[in-house]
Amino acid sequence: MSTSSFGASPKRKEDRDLLMGRGRFVDDIVLPGMYAAAFVRSPLAHARIKSIDASAALARPGVHAVLTYQDLPATLRERRMPLFVPHPTLTPRMQYALVKEEACYVGEAVAVVVADDRYIAEDALPLVEIEYESLPAVSDCKLGASPASPRAHLDLESNVVSRMISSVGDIVAAFRDVKHVFREEIFQHRGGAFFMECRGAIASYDAAEGSLLLYVSSQGPHRIKRGLLDLYDLSDTQLRVVTPDVGGGFGPKGSLYAEYPVVAACSMKLGRPVKWIEDRRENFVATHQERDQYWDMEIAVDDEARIRGLRGTLTHDNGAYTPWGIVLPWISVATVPGPYVLPAYHVELRSVLTNKVMATPVRGAGRPEGVVVMERLMDRIAREFNLDAAEVRRRNFIQPSQMPYNVGVIFRDGRPVVYDSGDYPACQDAALKAIGYADFRQRQAEARRQSRYIGIGIGNAVEGTGLGPYEGAAVKVATNGRITVSTGATPQGQSHKTTLAQIAADQFGVSIDAIQVETGDTAKISQGIGTFAARTAVNAGSSVHVASVKVAEKAKAIAAKLLDVRAEDLELRDGYVQLAALPEGAGVASDNARQIRKSLAELAVVAAGMPGFAMQDGAEPGLESIAYFTATQSTYANGTAAAEVEVDIETGRVTILRLVLAHDCGRLINPMVVDGQVMGGVAHAIGNALYERMIYDDQAQPLSTNFGEYLLPLAPDVPRIEIIHLETPSPLNPLGIKGAGESGTIPTIAPIIAAVEDALSPFGVKISEAPITPQRIVELLGDAALGRTR
Amino acid sequence: MKPARFTYHDPAAIADALTLLAENEDSRLLAGGQSLMPMMNFRFVQPAHLIDLNPVQELSFIHVDAKALSFGAMTRQRQIQNDPDVRQACPIILEALSHVGHRQTRARGTIGGSISHFDPSAELCNMAALHDAEVILARKGSQRTLTFDRFGIGYLTTAIEPDELLREVRLKRWPERHGYAFEEFAMRHGDFAICAVSCLLTLSRHGTVDDVAIAVSGVAPTPQRLKAFEISARGQAPGHDLYREAATQAAAIEATSDAYTTADYRRHLARILTYRAMQTAVARFNSQAK
Amino acid sequence: MTDTRSIVVVVNGKRYERAVDTRQTLADFLRLDLGLTGTHLGCEHGVCGACTVRLDGAAVRSCLMLAVQAHEKTVQTVEGLAGNDELSPLQQAFHDKHALQCGFCTSGILMTMTEFLEENPSPTEAEVRAALSGNICRCTGYQNIVEAVLATAVALRDKRNAAL
Repeated sequence: MSTSSFGASPKRKEDRDLLMGRGRFVDDIVLPGMYAAAFVRSPLAHARIKSIDASAALARPGVHAVLTYQDLPATLRERRMPLFVPHPTLTPRMQYALVKEEACYVGEAVAVVVADDRYIAEDALPLVEIEYESLPAVSDCKLGASPASPRAHLDLESNVVSRMISSVGDIVAAFRDVKHVFREEIFQHRGGAFFMECRGAIASYDAAEGSLLLYVSSQGPHRIKRGLLDLYDLSDTQLRVVTPDVGGGFGPKGSLYAEYPVVAACSMKLGRPVKWIEDRRENFVATHQERDQYWDMEIAVDDEARIRGLRGTLTHDNGAYTPWGIVLPWISVATVPGPYVLPAYHVELRSVLTNKVMATPVRGAGRPEGVVVMERLMDRIAREFNLDAAEVRRRNFIQPSQMPYNVGVIFRDGRPVVYDSGDYPACQDAALKAIGYADFRQRQAEARRQSRYIGIGIGNAVEGTGLGPYEGAAVKVATNGRITVSTGATPQGQSHKTTLAQIAADQFGVSIDAIQVETGDTAKISQGIGTFAARTAVNAGSSVHVASVKVAEKAKAIAAKLLDVRAEDLELRDGYVQLAALPEGAGVASDNARQIRKSLAELAVVAAGMPGFAMQDGAEPGLESIAYFTATQSTYANGTAAAEVEVDIETGRVTILRLVLAHDCGRLINPMVVDGQVMGGVAHAIGNALYERMIYDDQAQPLSTNFGEYLLPLAPDVPRIEIIHLETPSPLNPLGIKGAGESGTIPTIAPIIAAVEDALSPFGVKISEAPITPQRIVELLGDAALGRTR
Repeated sequence: MKPARFTYHDPAAIADALTLLAENEDSRLLAGGQSLMPMMNFRFVQPAHLIDLNPVQELSFIHVDAKALSFGAMTRQRQIQNDPDVRQACPIILEALSHVGHRQTRARGTIGGSISHFDPSAELCNMAALHDAEVILARKGSQRTLTFDRFGIGYLTTAIEPDELLREVRLKRWPERHGYAFEEFAMRHGDFAICAVSCLLTLSRHGTVDDVAIAVSGVAPTPQRLKAFEISARGQAPGHDLYREAATQAAAIEATSDAYTTADYRRHLARILTYRAMQTAVARFNSQAK
Repeated sequence: MTDTRSIVVVVNGKRYERAVDTRQTLADFLRLDLGLTGTHLGCEHGVCGACTVRLDGAAVRSCLMLAVQAHEKTVQTVEGLAGNDELSPLQQAFHDKHALQCGFCTSGILMTMTEFLEENPSPTEAEVRAALSGNICRCTGYQNIVEAVLATAVALRDKRNAAL
């Protein structure tokens, strides 16, 4: 058996059940006597509800309840949904669990129907008669920011609910002192997560105990529990939230949604478990998305193409309510500087309420947008100076010798962005070498001679990962020797049951199969935050390490006493604590060996104590430990994506020929898993660059409401992705790791856009938007798109 | 997204299906279900009666003779793809079918279902237009045959009356030696085409155009034949000027627009793909043994 | 008012006789009536492919079929792929190549690709990708799925050759 799992690529513990159809997703759970719920949702983006009549729906056989705002428990009528991330500049705006009188986006839940099954519940939805008065809606955030705009909520003074300025250095001097100033207006749209398993929840209320059990497809049950404790006056032990297998999250499953307390209210009212499974139509209008950002930026550059300053504004479409405050645009702003020395920086972000479903983090969480802004500017500088794009970046890189590097921008954790480690020039070099950058211009010229238009693009990103505050791990050896790791981290495909087992396995000297990893259950560990922002490996991983080390030390201490040897001479191997010197294969048969080793089960029994006897030396009972690793700050991963594309100038079709990603996420726990995360992330970026668009009309009516209209990349649309790992260990945690879950997405939109522009450079096409569609490319090409047909 | 209630019928024969159609108002015929079932799951369509044609064996056949390829309405797309006679007589259909949905949908989807749904970008509607199809419609006690240009009326609208059933589709067969091309632009593999252009042609001994047919779909509410060009092209030599003329006529089609695609882009693609289709069809004709 | 029918269907080799509401989809029948929850519903409008099962051998969308249409037919679901708890060659390759992450789309992909490999035992990468285009995966970027399918094709070919 290998003594080290860390850094190896053992196959996943999760796979077998999932491959055999034995996974347990929330919709797979059936509780006795369970009813099904379906929601009546606002068909208008902004409307006042004048009346609701549920009598026809209630009369339908098989329908057991219809709840509107008026039927909710008192606390849900008094309290709005909790705001998790407040900010001093933010005028918060949160919704009631069901619309009280003013619906503010299409899809906002107005009523819930509970019936024998989902078919009958859907039969009853149109029978809930609601009279709406249509109100003017805010669809575009730029228009919405104007004082003349209608308001997204009737009582708002302004749709701009936050203005925040991020400022570093002397921006006025920076622009005063240089000759070269370039301005770019950039529009970006990012769509939604579109995980394959829609959201869902089952609430089961036990009236005798006054306790509530909620199963929910989420990225962290602890925060959902916290929110529900705010909404229902339950004691801590009366509420348990469990997240079973999750079919993808990518950000939006990290939110507390109004449907969850409502489903709980249904169960409380009816005394039966109630299941609600979001269908795909609901998913398009009710699950949070990312959306539009308008950037207007000016960059000041010295004669050597070195950046002196960058200033401008970001107008951000927040949607109708502010559950995540200004987290998204703030992260965008903090991501813009990236791996470059930026002496002066001044951005005003304006977060604007619109009558659309809320914009909250989706894989990358505002970072890909920040990267696109900076990299578009870099390409602009290259063009203006007639310099190679890679060279411009080289001149502006923060050098490894400058680490740790204080960017000066304040991040959303309230601390300045301080890069802990990384070698940005080396990362770019690695990507460019892999993609054959050196001879690309030659290849490009040859292709053009055959009327083929190929282009290349570069995207560099630095990503704050391992966001605090913590993620805990409880490590326990049961009295039968079985080892369990429990954590609040909640996987949605990230393989935590494997990677966290690897970390623990190393301390216990066992294979990962001997470690049981429990996730997503508030009953199994007291505190938790959840899995998002590429934070789990860093936080939970470190906690597993720390707790495992403690348990292993305790086991050694007990064994040392029993064996009358020194603890430091002992090691853990294959479920025993034994003398480190014990030769391999000494064998259980040897009396000697049995004398000088103790099984973890024996030690756990000793640690558990004997009835009637005092604990030895006042030791804490149990062979277990809980650790809540707290990083002092985020640890910064980095990456360079390079893309080579071909554009068919007659149709505008973009084909990605090569895609290379060099990245540094510190030490790799499981390279196979990291590669998987990166490849999935790159595919997401391809969607953002070329396919994914949520279209709304000018009354904020969503027009993209199915998978025929909203286009996710399919297998033929994603090229082979070439990955290069650099490993600069993070100094900020005991394992030297950084997050990887978003590293494929963040740098990769920018180079695809840049490569398209590069391919079309003979025609002078400039691209300052993402996504870019074939139709738009043809528009930008004008008569050049006539090609052979001229 | 669960369908509303309906009364289900599973007739075993065409006559039974026609009786059910005649007797039940507000009924819908269920063919492969690859378009109707999604609409029912969304509850965009809520018929009182659902008449399932899948058990009707006599609606499933492929017959190829010297004049035509005849398909029973319930013939599945996958069956057509795998049929050696069709491959021999009409290879363009296989190219068109490769763009129809995905392998799972082709396993169920039928030619009759696709043609009676009449989506403007449906590849099989394009094929029907290209091959001067005849469509046989049956109602209780009678049947009628329509040419495809009289069958298609408008956006998702055909001449099928509520008590009628599409029974058979006949595509006119082209000479053994013919050039063909199917050019499609869709955002992704298997998506509805933004534009598709098909072309069939034969050249004379002198290398000039004997006969040509071009169908453009996805651009207007119904598939469009470039009739004027098809007539004027006869006797002309293939080449850039001729292709451009076809392209120019394709670009003149009155195009629709929606939230995703402008009329201009549709017309542009019609131009580009028509040019390409002509070019490919001529090259293929010339590469075939005489 | 409810329209019900009695159906007989063989699922994963086992014969079931059930009364079903005629509007119930095949997917819901498998999941709710038979408890075979390995078949997943990802979109219910026939695009994502998560619900793909085999009906008389053909990979089809079970969200776009009614349970009553499976009367007197055979159905295979993901639960029927492994024999005696031993993973099928494709399942094993998915494990070996890390071709699944959250695992939600996996059942439908396994059913589609098992059929595909029977029809095309020596596919090119482009053919695999085209055949995969009716299944959406948001986690993997497809690459490892493609690798697993190609590796399975090779493994099955070697096995056939060895048997000759």
